[in-house]
Amino acid sequence: MAKMNMIAALNSALAHQLERDPNVVIFGEDVGYFGGVFRVTAGLQEKYGPHRVFDSPLAEGGIAAIAMGMGLNGLRPVAEIQFADYIFPAYDQIVNEIAKLRHRSGGEFSTPVTFRTPAGGGIKGGHHHSQSPEAQFTHTPGLKVVYCSNPRNAKGLLTSAIESNDPVIFFEPKRCYRGPFYGDPHNVPTWNNHPDGEVPEEYFAIPLEEANIVMEGSACTVIAWGAMVHVCEQAIKDSGVDCELIDLQTLVPWDRDTVVNSVKKTGRVVIVHEAPKTSGFGAEMSASIQERCFYHLEAPIERVTGWDTPFPHTTEWDYLPSPSRIAEAIQRTQEE
Amino acid sequence: MTERSTVTTTPYTIGVAPFRPGDEPSFGGKFTEQPEDLNRPDPATCTTDDTVEHAKGLIRVLDDDGEAKGEWDPNLDAATMIQGLEYMMRLRIFDDRMIKMQRTGKLSFYMRSFGEEAIAIAQTMALEEQDWLFPSYRQPGAQFVRGRDMVSMICHCIGNTEDNVRGRQMPVHYTWREGRFISISSPVGTQFSQAVGVAMASAYKGDDEVCISWLGDGTSAQGDYHYALNFASTFKPPVILNVVNNQWAISTHVSLATGGRTFAERGLAYDIPSFRVDGNDFLALYSVTKWARERASAGLGPTHIEVYTYRAGAHSSSDDPSAYRPGNEFECWPGGDPVERLRDHLMKIGEWDEEKDKALAEKIDNDVMTAYKEACEFGDLASGPYPPASTIFTEVYETVPWHVQEQREELGK
Repeated sequence: MAKMNMIAALNSALAHQLERDPNVVIFGEDVGYFGGVFRVTAGLQEKYGPHRVFDSPLAEGGIAAIAMGMGLNGLRPVAEIQFADYIFPAYDQIVNEIAKLRHRSGGEFSTPVTFRTPAGGGIKGGHHHSQSPEAQFTHTPGLKVVYCSNPRNAKGLLTSAIESNDPVIFFEPKRCYRGPFYGDPHNVPTWNNHPDGEVPEEYFAIPLEEANIVMEGSACTVIAWGAMVHVCEQAIKDSGVDCELIDLQTLVPWDRDTVVNSVKKTGRVVIVHEAPKTSGFGAEMSASIQERCFYHLEAPIERVTGWDTPFPHTTEWDYLPSPSRIAEAIQRTQEE
Repeated sequence: MTERSTVTTTPYTIGVAPFRPGDEPSFGGKFTEQPEDLNRPDPATCTTDDTVEHAKGLIRVLDDDGEAKGEWDPNLDAATMIQGLEYMMRLRIFDDRMIKMQRTGKLSFYMRSFGEEAIAIAQTMALEEQDWLFPSYRQPGAQFVRGRDMVSMICHCIGNTEDNVRGRQMPVHYTWREGRFISISSPVGTQFSQAVGVAMASAYKGDDEVCISWLGDGTSAQGDYHYALNFASTFKPPVILNVVNNQWAISTHVSLATGGRTFAERGLAYDIPSFRVDGNDFLALYSVTKWARERASAGLGPTHIEVYTYRAGAHSSSDDPSAYRPGNEFECWPGGDPVERLRDHLMKIGEWDEEKDKALAEKIDNDVMTAYKEACEFGDLASGPYPPASTIFTEVYETVPWHVQEQREELGK
């Protein structure tokens, strides 16, 4: 075990994959010589060579396309999209091409591409450095969608994402790169004293189908992913309610058994995500939970999400789900 | 190049197709460019600047009298040319049979390669069997070169139980791993930039593989075309990037789709050797592609080719070109008919005659009919059988995840 922030943990996962599999290549904007704008690929080009870790032209559509081509010709590409907000020029290649290649070729071709992309708000990034577009990919059959939340699962999940023979969209909550985020912009702890800042130095994988029960409880199930996991932790403390907090980790395919078992136990659910409410992945979770657990539910399922508006700049703390909004939702579930 | 005409009375420029229904088309008679106009640069030392005239001009081998001339003559033996003729005739007869099937309700849709048969066939013949093919719609002929069975192709077009893509794609969206023929994609152009990645992987692994891709003049407006050229220019992998300029993107004439110079000239700005080639000249296509492969295989990077041709048929079985262009444009096309041109050449050099030609056409027609009947034994469009409904749920992921499995059980098949 070693103390790592999320950047170091991701870097460690990438280094292990470069070491273990000669077919792994890493590329994207600024990821080579410079090591990435968030430093996730720092030192990798120097160690593994410019043919394995390199800077690409500034064209997400082109990055996705060459990743697709490399992947179907035997390589295992890990492409970085510098901000999730920038992924849309690559959307056609990801949604129509990469996601569907295995199916539409009758299984004759497939491409094991991983797209890493920093997502989410809390860094004063305005609407083009803050979005969390996971639902735009969970709606696409053929993709796996992963959202890490801490250094430990960042490493473990990225390992499994790269090793997956299915294409994976891997979201990294950029607000949590250097520390957990409890919803208070004036309190910025590091990962230094956090148990999930202890990360195995050796090869380490977490299966993509598993959610993580962050804290056990019996009165309400709180489901979140990415930076919202930590905000929920704070909200649960503030609410005084005995909540079970589930970090979903993988959104597609999500961990049905963990979620269903928890909801059957608590009978109450709050789902939290940064992305806008309408057609957010919380809607899918809510619908699926009521389909499976309707007769166990004691209160309406609550969703606490970003608003159905573009993501703001200076007012982002009023946009993001706050501990108080989440705590209020938790308390509402207890009223019935 | 055809002069681009425009309407100047609008607030911005609107391109105008040179001829519309009712007009008498004329492309100025024969090509002014001749086979001996352009040299064949040494692929080992050629720079982009050495191809400037090639990108503006037109590489030809077969002249208007059916003789092979100039430095680009690949000096193919008669057997190879006859093989090429056979593939082209087979494609045309196959297409004609399939469009009849579509017209009688036996296929849901079809697209012919009419007038463009030489392109994929000559170019694939110039490649090696390990080379990757990233086609657009009018390159199915490449599969004949690689030896794909017509029964398998027809089964795909029907979408029956032997369709290798299990009834998941529209007809002519062929996929064929064994022939390294990637799945054709309707959003058009996406394959072009993917091909660069495939070629990068080949270079990474040190394999002697080249990737060739084609897209149309209309599709060259897509970002993927420009991504491909820029990434190819940046990383210089072994890739051959062809713009098939067949004048028409469904009803949109090339004059309405770009204000630029020749498509080939675009490659010059990316510092990629670029050629403009007569797309109805089997020998010129073969020769230029051979040049590009030799260069790619030597580690010298990409080649950009404009294949100058004419879409003789409708865009697809759903299209009616009489609504937007004169019916006799193809007859006026200076490039003529690619099948006839190679046939005329073979006759001129005494390697082919009417009798052989008639016999071959009859044999192919029989082969196609036999293949069609055989394919229908695995299910026809009207009555099936189709692939089992369970194939909706398979190969979405490597293994079936629980939520997809639940939905399969809900369907109950």
